[in-house]
Amino acid sequence: MNRTVDVLVVGAGPAGLAAAARLAASGAGRVEVLEREQAAGGVPRHCARAGFGADARGRPLDGPGYARRSVRAALRAGATVRTGVSATGWAGPLTLDVTAPTGLERIRARAVVLATGARERPRSARLVPGSRPAGVLTTGELQRLVLRFGAGPELVGRRAVVVGGDPVARGAVRTLRAAGVEVVAVVCEHPAGRAAFGAVPVLTGAVVSELLGRGRLTGVSVRGGVAGTTRHTLRCDTVVFTGDWIPDHELARARGLPLAPGTRGPATDGAFRTTAPGVFAVGNLLRGVEPAVVAAAEGRAVAAAVTDLLEGEPWPEGAVPVGVPPGVPTGPVGPLRWVTPGLLGPVAAPLLVRPERGLVRPVLTVTQDGVPLRRMRLSGSLLPWRSVRLPARWADGVDPGGGPVVVGAEE
Amino acid sequence: MSVTRTGPLPAGSDATYDVVVVGAGVVGSAIARTLARHPLRVALVEAANDVGDGTSKANTAILHTGFDALPGTLEARLVREGYRLLCAYAQETGIPVEPIGALLVAWDEEQRAALPRLAEKAERNGHRTTRLLTASELRSREPHLDPGALAALEVPGESVVCPWTTTLAYATQAVRSGVDLHLDCRVEKVRTGDPYHRLVTRRGVLRTRHLVNACGLHADAFDALVGREDFTVTPRRGQLLVFDKFARDLVRHILLPVPGPLGKGVLIAPTVYGNVMLGPTAEDLDDKTATGTTAEGLAGLREQGGRILPALLDEEVTAVYAGLRAATGQEDYRIAAHPGLRYVTVGGIRSTGLTASLAVAEHVRGLLADCGLGLGPERPLAGLRMPNLGEAFPRPYRDARLIARDPDFGAIVCHCERVTRGEIRAALTSTIPPGGLDGLRRRTRARGGRCQGNHCGAEVRALFEEHAEHREGNR
Repeated sequence: MNRTVDVLVVGAGPAGLAAAARLAASGAGRVEVLEREQAAGGVPRHCARAGFGADARGRPLDGPGYARRSVRAALRAGATVRTGVSATGWAGPLTLDVTAPTGLERIRARAVVLATGARERPRSARLVPGSRPAGVLTTGELQRLVLRFGAGPELVGRRAVVVGGDPVARGAVRTLRAAGVEVVAVVCEHPAGRAAFGAVPVLTGAVVSELLGRGRLTGVSVRGGVAGTTRHTLRCDTVVFTGDWIPDHELARARGLPLAPGTRGPATDGAFRTTAPGVFAVGNLLRGVEPAVVAAAEGRAVAAAVTDLLEGEPWPEGAVPVGVPPGVPTGPVGPLRWVTPGLLGPVAAPLLVRPERGLVRPVLTVTQDGVPLRRMRLSGSLLPWRSVRLPARWADGVDPGGGPVVVGAEE
Repeated sequence: MSVTRTGPLPAGSDATYDVVVVGAGVVGSAIARTLARHPLRVALVEAANDVGDGTSKANTAILHTGFDALPGTLEARLVREGYRLLCAYAQETGIPVEPIGALLVAWDEEQRAALPRLAEKAERNGHRTTRLLTASELRSREPHLDPGALAALEVPGESVVCPWTTTLAYATQAVRSGVDLHLDCRVEKVRTGDPYHRLVTRRGVLRTRHLVNACGLHADAFDALVGREDFTVTPRRGQLLVFDKFARDLVRHILLPVPGPLGKGVLIAPTVYGNVMLGPTAEDLDDKTATGTTAEGLAGLREQGGRILPALLDEEVTAVYAGLRAATGQEDYRIAAHPGLRYVTVGGIRSTGLTASLAVAEHVRGLLADCGLGLGPERPLAGLRMPNLGEAFPRPYRDARLIARDPDFGAIVCHCERVTRGEIRAALTSTIPPGGLDGLRRRTRARGGRCQGNHCGAEVRALFEEHAEHREGNR
């Protein structure tokens, strides 16, 4: 079945729903959101904790509450939200092939907004050696399992090790303990706030070097940590790999969109335009990951450029790439992990910068073609699980016809 | 016909067979299927809870032409015949095969000098279509290859195949044609006798006139149960990396190393699932259960892979695994008939076993006849069409007619591999249903993609348990 809509949004998470709500409300015409999962709302659906802003009466929202509100807002604005519907590929520059229980569709749009989110790298992508037993999870799978099967140690496991040190790891520890699973230890490579994990032992400077067990996990080998470089074994039947996000960029890559090097997400300009006319990208597809409220703000922000396009404004050309200094393949990684947007057009845009590790009062620099454009010491410290937003004036003076812009950091 | 996994084995005459094949890997399953052509009572007995759960599930998934076999060996003959038989069988039953051909790539002068000798060897094995490629021809064939490649020998016909579907096809057809399959049924003792041998398993005793050892890595241990000590199996571990589907466009052929004094080296090959595989290592071990990967192994593979196809390392790794090949210290299979014992050992089936499986089965049928088995007349096997797991062939999620008939085939559950609820349900109710989530993955690809179950793990498990409960309820 061939159909046409004005705006097709792929992904009904915080970014996609916010984009759809804003566009439908602003009279963009027929706005349709495709969600491959059975329910709309995205990752917050599985996060039963506060930290998702507040509702109209000022009461704090948890993830599921936030997800419900986002879906409602999009529907009220007049957008169509379809669940259990998968966009599987491109049939034209702005046409997607879709599989649904109702059949195959080919949907052509005047604008496509990709909001496909991000995922945590599983054990294999992290190249963790050892056996391939059951009981090896990511936070995402853990949360979905608990949501699906309820609490109870027999459903997840009895003793778990959590890998990672950022707030996602904290979420995994909380989910496990609420499900009645004993958390034996948190293993993290980089220094982490021990206080964040309560009574759970935290092994910092340590990595999981091997998974043990046939059939079911029986333990993990850990190298480094307090005991120095020695290896020791933690007995457990569950290990949860947390964080280490990568954008779910399948459709973006299938469309041939260039990726921004540090993020592995499609490069966009400050208005979320990709290099393909009519195709936009927002939310954690751009990089892994920012909180839901940040992704949603991007969803709202993309509406302006989409509206421009629908009103016949030409697709701007001549953006320059933005990035962090490339690391030396065998040397230590640089102080910054990524910067977005990956492209800067004639209009200056705020920059979002993510450090690779904790940086105390760093000096941030913006350079183009070797010429320093800006250099400023930040007053605070940067943490690897939080981005810093630099106002648009940081990008003032960028020559749209010049070479790549490099954002660097010195301690 | 029956498949059992739990509870006591059938008793009395139901537990009495003409032939028991021990080991339901690709070779044992092929033998059972071949024997099912005859009016015989045949059982296929397996220690694991699924067919193809050992070496057959973790290998390089290549259908070899046998161009580089040692001429004159049994292996060379069975690989050549098996290749032809399996190509035809795959076509008939829907096992995904892609005949993409192989390139043996030379990276130094010594390797380049070896190519003509390899072409001659191929000719002695009956392969006259190999061709030498210059560096520039090679570059136009494989533009992403490291520019240091000097030349290559092209071997048409080398193919990639789905090893999981192959074993499952044999076993399914065997069961549908009357073979009893007993899973989770390790044979602990053999009391040889006349006219019946008695096999003591953990689930009861089976009686059989003839016995086939298709125990793969454990073929020497099973031989010992019947009092034979002809060879020792040394497990040779092969670690492999499977790269994301985005890597698939980087390579068009199976890229083989030129064998040299330092061993066979690693290969890079597309998989029928649309990924790219890198490996294997070759490590001689003592432990027949050591199917784990190691940090050194994986780092070494990445280093070697990066020298062949530099862009490969930019892609994510989807899976890491290791398999064990059954090496016996001899450059040939160890297939032997022991007529006095009415017993056939099928040992030392090395990495070519998948290719040779159907020819091995034919050979073993002949050996059993030599041992006094009256085969009786031949009859046609039950029909079979396997679900397609290959990317080169139509998948259900793109099949409008199928979805119209059953909307479950339009409901994608595993998004990375695009596996639908319809396919998962079909696997769960198939002739040989999976015994666990890994078995379900090998039947459908569900949970086998880049997210490894992050998105679909809970849903797939729910479907699996729903059907498990349903089966319990029926019992």
